[in-house]
Amino acid sequence: MLSKKEKELIANVWERLTPVADDIGADALLRMFTTFPGSKSYFSHLDLRPRSPHLKTRGKRIVLAIAEGAKDIDHLAVALAPLQTLHAYRLRIDPSNFKHFSHCMLVTLACYLGDRFTPVMHAAMDKFLSAFAAVLAEKFR
Amino acid sequence: MVEWTDSEREYINIIFSNMDYDDIGPKALARCLIVYPWTQRYFGGFGNLYNADAIMANPMIAAHGTKILHGMDRALKNMDDIKNTYATLSELHSEKLHVDPDNFRLLGDCLTVVIAGKMTVKEFTPDMQAAWRKFLSVVVAALGKQYH
Repeated sequence: MLSKKEKELIANVWERLTPVADDIGADALLRMFTTFPGSKSYFSHLDLRPRSPHLKTRGKRIVLAIAEGAKDIDHLAVALAPLQTLHAYRLRIDPSNFKHFSHCMLVTLACYLGDRFTPVMHAAMDKFLSAFAAVLAEKFR
Repeated sequence: MVEWTDSEREYINIIFSNMDYDDIGPKALARCLIVYPWTQRYFGGFGNLYNADAIMANPMIAAHGTKILHGMDRALKNMDDIKNTYATLSELHSEKLHVDPDNFRLLGDCLTVVIAGKMTVKEFTPDMQAAWRKFLSVVVAALGKQYH
């Protein structure tokens, strides 16, 4: 459960990161592909090498979707409805990869924010990303 | 036996040689207790864990965090036989402390985040992260080996 304070914290962080969505997204994706190579299997049609423009485009899209969800956490299912359908019926990504991506996003945030990524922010962010992933996977079965 | 490439060994050594055990250990354990509060179940005798501030200021938690990192030293010094190096420690966590081995992974994740926070994006590269995660999964597997 996210408290009101945690929701504000999360909305605030993602709003501040929106201008660098492509950098943040590309960094998290590259970390996931390097640490969890199985996740690359869903992107065989893309160039996943470091500094690839595909990483930035895809990364930006993902981060902007997360930032959009962060604006109204109580109604994630509304914001994510089209993405739910996409991931369930077309992409069919094994949900364990959402966990891998969330972990790598936390590492990216730690690298970028340093000391500002406090344990309290980390806890809130982990809860938010878990909730986001759970809603995204709702239509899987 | 786990195979380590030269660059993986180098990455692990870089991480440990740049690490202040008295800073990172306490921060990682405190973070674990805050982010995953159910892990507090193993620290009943450790004093005030009432909220995040109390946990971060708790000297017993800090001391234990440092102790854990020094324990990981042993894996660093015996990278080619982590499984046997940790046999006794695994038994201790299973038979005496009764720690669910999933918790080792949670602490490992928090340690990774703390290390990442200390380094910049350019220093804690994806390749370094991958090598570090491999090291952590070998440590976690070794610690869970004696459970039955």
